[in-house]
Amino acid sequence: MSDAKEIIGDQIKNNKVILYMKGNREMPQCGFSARVVQILDSYDVMYETVDVLADPEIRQGIKDYSNWPTIPQLYVNGEFVGGCDICTELFQSGELETILKPA
Amino acid sequence: MDPNEIKMMIENGMSNTLVNVDGDGTHFDALIVSTEFEGKSLIERHKLVYSVLGDAMKERIHALSLKTYTPEQWENHK
Repeated sequence: MSDAKEIIGDQIKNNKVILYMKGNREMPQCGFSARVVQILDSYDVMYETVDVLADPEIRQGIKDYSNWPTIPQLYVNGEFVGGCDICTELFQSGELETILKPA
Repeated sequence: MDPNEIKMMIENGMSNTLVNVDGDGTHFDALIVSTEFEGKSLIERHKLVYSVLGDAMKERIHALSLKTYTPEQWENHK
């Protein structure tokens, strides 16, 4: 369990924009993950994805790490931004662009 | 799970709160207007709702889409 936490900590530290999702950006396995991929793709931004379906320890680990019960989860510059609803709201309000800008 | 059960859990767990929940048994949409959201970020608001739902969120609810407003935001949104 602590291993997963360490791996996640490194992933978040080493990737300015990282999305924990079901599936990958080419083939999202869940509508909510797909929506966040679509949002990120609308910006000219590099991002990493982690498929939580590939590793049950990461899947549970990221929920514990963020204290957040659902997937997807977006991190930018080491900060938890939110899940699908929050990303959608921040996208619609234009705030997400500001958050992604320094990344 | 009955959408009404989620509505009741949120209304009982938070004060001064109006809730509307739609859903198909596993996927739900909740609209929540509460004075408890005042001064809170979106993350803090969602965490508050998740904490009220507790284990139901982990086990019985597959997906819950949240829209959170303070009464003032809701007035402007309508």
